[in-house]
Amino acid sequence: MSNHLQTFTKGLVKENPILVLLLGCCPTLATTTSAINGMSMGLATTFVLVLSNIFISLLKGFIPDKVRIPCFIVVIASFVTIVQLVMQAYVPDIYATLGLFIPLIVVNCIVLGRAEAFASKNPVFPSLLDGLGMGLGFTLALTLLGCIRELLGNGTIFAVRILPETANMLLFILPPGAFICLGLVIAIVNKFKKESH
Amino acid sequence: MAKKPSTLINMVVALLVITAVSGGLLGLVYGMTKDTIAEVDQKKNAAAIAEVLGTDENSKLETVTIDDLTYNLAYDAQGNFLGAAVKTFSNAGFSGRIELMVGLLADGTINKVSVLSQSETPGLGANMVQPKFKDQFNGKNPASYNLTVKKDGGDVDAITAATISSRAFCEALRTATEGFEANKSQFMKGGQQ
Repeated sequence: MSNHLQTFTKGLVKENPILVLLLGCCPTLATTTSAINGMSMGLATTFVLVLSNIFISLLKGFIPDKVRIPCFIVVIASFVTIVQLVMQAYVPDIYATLGLFIPLIVVNCIVLGRAEAFASKNPVFPSLLDGLGMGLGFTLALTLLGCIRELLGNGTIFAVRILPETANMLLFILPPGAFICLGLVIAIVNKFKKESH
Repeated sequence: MAKKPSTLINMVVALLVITAVSGGLLGLVYGMTKDTIAEVDQKKNAAAIAEVLGTDENSKLETVTIDDLTYNLAYDAQGNFLGAAVKTFSNAGFSGRIELMVGLLADGTINKVSVLSQSETPGLGANMVQPKFKDQFNGKNPASYNLTVKKDGGDVDAITAATISSRAFCEALRTATEGFEANKSQFMKGGQQ
């Protein structure tokens, strides 16, 4: 049981996909312009990650080693497209904000990375936990970055004004701000990790 | 469970089965959601038309497409031309295409503008959806109102630090009003048939 718990929690902090493994930086940099965008992207990715981990774990005995990557990609891309179609049809309001980012999930290294590193070697239940943990860790990191960038760049968090408009530093919403923020957050996380050793 | 060896036949079968099942599944989901998606789009479009023109269900709508622009022409019960909701666009945005629905009254006055889609920078160009920017056009007639930003000698207050987005917005509006003026005489006649 404690083993299962560890499978789940390692993605949150110890092996956080963004802040420690540095996987999936492309969507991270692109979508964290505001807290809500970051969180939405994180949750959509979590959903795909859990489903793809379950299915790849189920299929692992059937897929020969040499063609595993194309097989994984097809499975992942199918799930992403299904998610996209279903959202477009039944939750058009959320789709309007998120629509742009959903196809990006296909090329998110975390999804393929977890399929390769975990789901293809482990049973279904731990794979589900791994996907959930990693997904939530990803969501956490994206929301954090989104909050910082939105606060510094636009003076708001989740569209609630905290700093006056005159304090806006537009740089943080633009691409360079994404790199600066991500770098600093990783540096801080590394400092705490070193101290706790 | 042992892994299957990577023989040619195993690889071909595995790939074939996975792609076929995925393809079939996607086709199925697409077929199930297609109608709903079209319906949602239609509703969104209709809502945007009603919003920018302020029409009610008594007015008749006709749709024509001229030079990439879609004109949704509105006529009252007697067949008098009320105005048009023009679906217009600009590719000059800071991050890609901007699509607007512009409500133009019969005399060419801008009634209201609604942003259909845009992917401008949040906090900057994306503020074009805010009333502060887009409502400045309400009730303005392009005959007496210069649809370019003040920086370029026009009458439009640009969004702070987002001149490119504001310019693109104005460009889309100009495309709509110019197209409308050019085809207006034709629209006026349309309702009688």
